Amino acid sequence: MSEKFTIEIISPDRSIIKTETSEVVIPSFEGEMGILKDHIPLITFLRPGLINIKTSTDQKYFVEEGTVEFSNNNLLILTSTAKEVTKMNNKFIDALISESEKKLDNNEITDKERYLLSYKLETLRNINQ
Amino acid sequence: MPSLDDLKKRIKSVKSTQKITKAMKMVAAAKLRKAQENAEKGRPYSQKMQNIILNLTKSISDPQNAPKLLVGTGIDKTHLCVVLTADRGLCGGFNSNICKLAKSSFKKILSEGKNLKIITVGSKGLDQIKREYEKYIVKKFSFKDKKQITFKEAEIIGNEIINLFKKNEFDKCVLFYNNFKNVITQIPQAQQIVPADKNPTKENEENLSYEFEPEEDEILEDLLPKNISTQVFKAFLENAASEQGSRMTAMDNATRNAGDLVDKLTINYNRSRQASITKELIEIISGAESL
Repeated sequence: MSEKFTIEIISPDRSIIKTETSEVVIPSFEGEMGILKDHIPLITFLRPGLINIKTSTDQKYFVEEGTVEFSNNNLLILTSTAKEVTKMNNKFIDALISESEKKLDNNEITDKERYLLSYKLETLRNINQ
Repeated sequence: MPSLDDLKKRIKSVKSTQKITKAMKMVAAAKLRKAQENAEKGRPYSQKMQNIILNLTKSISDPQNAPKLLVGTGIDKTHLCVVLTADRGLCGGFNSNICKLAKSSFKKILSEGKNLKIITVGSKGLDQIKREYEKYIVKKFSFKDKKQITFKEAEIIGNEIINLFKKNEFDKCVLFYNNFKNVITQIPQAQQIVPADKNPTKENEENLSYEFEPEEDEILEDLLPKNISTQVFKAFLENAASEQGSRMTAMDNATRNAGDLVDKLTINYNRSRQASITKELIEIISGAESL
């Protein structure tokens, strides 16, 4: 029996990817989470980070938020912000970084927002290296 | 009896109108294909989101403390109606069908002694609704200058709805839009988005016990506002496709009508020309005979 399951990433205006894979790592709200076949049904949501789909070559997607459902060996990720990392250029990432830095400097944001923003910055900086 | 010149002018003007309607039909057909594609691509997202919410709702442990967006405020006093229409006319019954449906439910809400608040999106609907219900309109949106409506616009409206809800401005929210069934049928629809619709769809009857991370409530709190924007976005997409479909059929009809009219006028024109020729001939012949 194959060790693969389907993963589907859907944004409001289109389906971004639908493929078979043996392992996916998602940046769940409370920490990174690796998903293999026959995981128990799960619903969670994402913080900013990278979705890593492990096929023969790694496919990485940058997301800012999203909702994840896993059931019957079907991993479904609903997000309006997914971007394939290889298609992001440095200029775009720099713009995102400076935007988030500005937001972090603002003292009025809540702890939750601060938490999300710091993860966003960290991920973006890692991509840029 | 109009003179020959008049008839000629009319035929010409009808023909040029026909050209315009034909061109509009072509444009609508081209746009329709794209809009329809978008609407179909957007459906899975909103459906799946609805499914997740249903799953969550089923397994929620404490319905008393569930988020208000899901279960409602418990009272049913103020209704917020969001009416989505187009910014352009000349699309058959598209705008008036939505408004008709919206108005009939406005009437019902008011006759039950409840409060009514209206948000309009798109200028055509605003024009029709403000004649009778202007004092109930709390906010109007128009995205006339946008070529394509994206998720951002839907989020603007979604956030507005959530803000109003947080301020306890309404208890129940209904979206009015046209559901795109196919090119000739668009069904005006009223969809309740707050409190969330909890009727399970057929495909979702299997009961799975999910693992939640973090807790159900937290997920719901994150998900429900998103769901509102998603539903608004879906309505936008359906509406856009319906608008083009409706325009295409309307313009197709107009083109055909213009064709019929041209035919009729041409027959008239030919007849009266023939009549005048015959008249002249008779005059000449009878003149020659009398000599």
